Amino acid sequence: MSPWQFFFGHRAEILEATAAHLTLVAISMAIAITIALPLGMLIVQRPALRNIALGAASVFQTIPSLALFGFLIPIPFIGGIGRRTAIVALVLYALLPILRNTYVGLTGIDPAVLQAAEAMGMTDRQILWRVRLPLALPVILAGIRTATVITIGVATIAAAIGAGGLGTFIFRGVAMVSDAVILAGAIPAALLAIAADLLLAALERRLKVV
Amino acid sequence: MNAKAAALPEATILFEDVTYSINGNPSHAIIDSISLEIHAGETLVLLGRSGSGKTTLLKLINRLLLAEKGEVRVQGRSTAQWDTIRLRRGIGYVIQEGGLFPHFTVAQNIGLVPTLEKWDASRIARRVDELLNLVGLDSREFSARYPHELSGGQRQRVGVARALAADPPILLMDEPFGALDPVTRAELQREFSSLARRLGKTIVFVTHDLREALLLASRVVLMQSGRIVASAKPQEFLQIDHPEVEAFAASLSTFNGTGAARDAVPGVSA
Repeated sequence: MSPWQFFFGHRAEILEATAAHLTLVAISMAIAITIALPLGMLIVQRPALRNIALGAASVFQTIPSLALFGFLIPIPFIGGIGRRTAIVALVLYALLPILRNTYVGLTGIDPAVLQAAEAMGMTDRQILWRVRLPLALPVILAGIRTATVITIGVATIAAAIGAGGLGTFIFRGVAMVSDAVILAGAIPAALLAIAADLLLAALERRLKVV
Repeated sequence: MNAKAAALPEATILFEDVTYSINGNPSHAIIDSISLEIHAGETLVLLGRSGSGKTTLLKLINRLLLAEKGEVRVQGRSTAQWDTIRLRRGIGYVIQEGGLFPHFTVAQNIGLVPTLEKWDASRIARRVDELLNLVGLDSREFSARYPHELSGGQRQRVGVARALAADPPILLMDEPFGALDPVTRAELQREFSSLARRLGKTIVFVTHDLREALLLASRVVLMQSGRIVASAKPQEFLQIDHPEVEAFAASLSTFNGTGAARDAVPGVSA
């Protein structure tokens, strides 16, 4: 059976898996951003917390993804088989790029600009919201972009613990020794990653002033 | 030394035996027991080599730094007692390279303090036009531009306009023309000199360029190793008998092409 025939014959199923995949990625990214962005803002002010937070996020990145899914299954409340466990793992993976870029973006601002802001009588809050964050935004967005692309890829493995998505086809294809079935999962996943990358890169360029 | 209880009414800025050092270590005093009165309407130029403490002295005025000994009084009140935000909004600040916000347009940069002070939009727009005009930039052409779309000289003009936005009585300038090419620098110095006279503000201007100091100042104060070593009107400054004054005077002759210390003035070679 050629890949095209398989694609055509299962297009509804593939589309459904793509939608499930996207949902998984979107939920994970939303949670990761909600955690990493404020945490990044916090560690700029708290050097003691910085090493712990960045260190912990780095450790999660070093765990092989399949192993991380495995480790999470027996943990109560967040573990088990299914989407919830997958989302927890994906969030842990996505934290580091966002956290690190938020930190780098916020601290990499021209000191002359910050001093001018201070000297003009801006409060710390105003400096954060009107100067630091807008200037750091392209760097933060680059971190979100990296994290999104990683998450789209890692999310295919989430099928191994029953989270659904495009990985379902890949695992099924491996079991059936069928390239066509593997490609039915791999190609949409690759296209999603490329599309997300291009879209976020375009947004990043728009936000960059200099 | 100068321990008067209350400031003279005309002393807009008053340093009373002020010491400032890095990490409170008295053997590394950047400012060493300085007393200085700066009067309303005067253009005081702080002259000195790099590391002489002139920028530190400037930052003590708007409380970017706080004196560890002695008191800095602005309009009669110690900077330690001022509400920092109020103090700073009443003091314009211009630095080298402008320190303009790269993500704000020229109009937004100039209108920042009025915006923080919650002026209404039409009043801010009028003020921005007025200020651009004052510093010699066409508001129709420049309002919507971003700082990276300006030349160095234009950026400094915007920097001056921004500092003047809320009409502060005091203006602090930290080597504002230091990064400009010599021709643009001379142009801005001349224009600023006449602007300063018209505005009648109290200006404290930091530079290491004696020529600039003599051109702009109503009084030149020379600093060396955290102390004031000379203070005089520009016409009388070169007559002062002090080795540091002579060292600066020697740098002046370089500009006339007669000095031997040509290497000491980077950027003015043929």
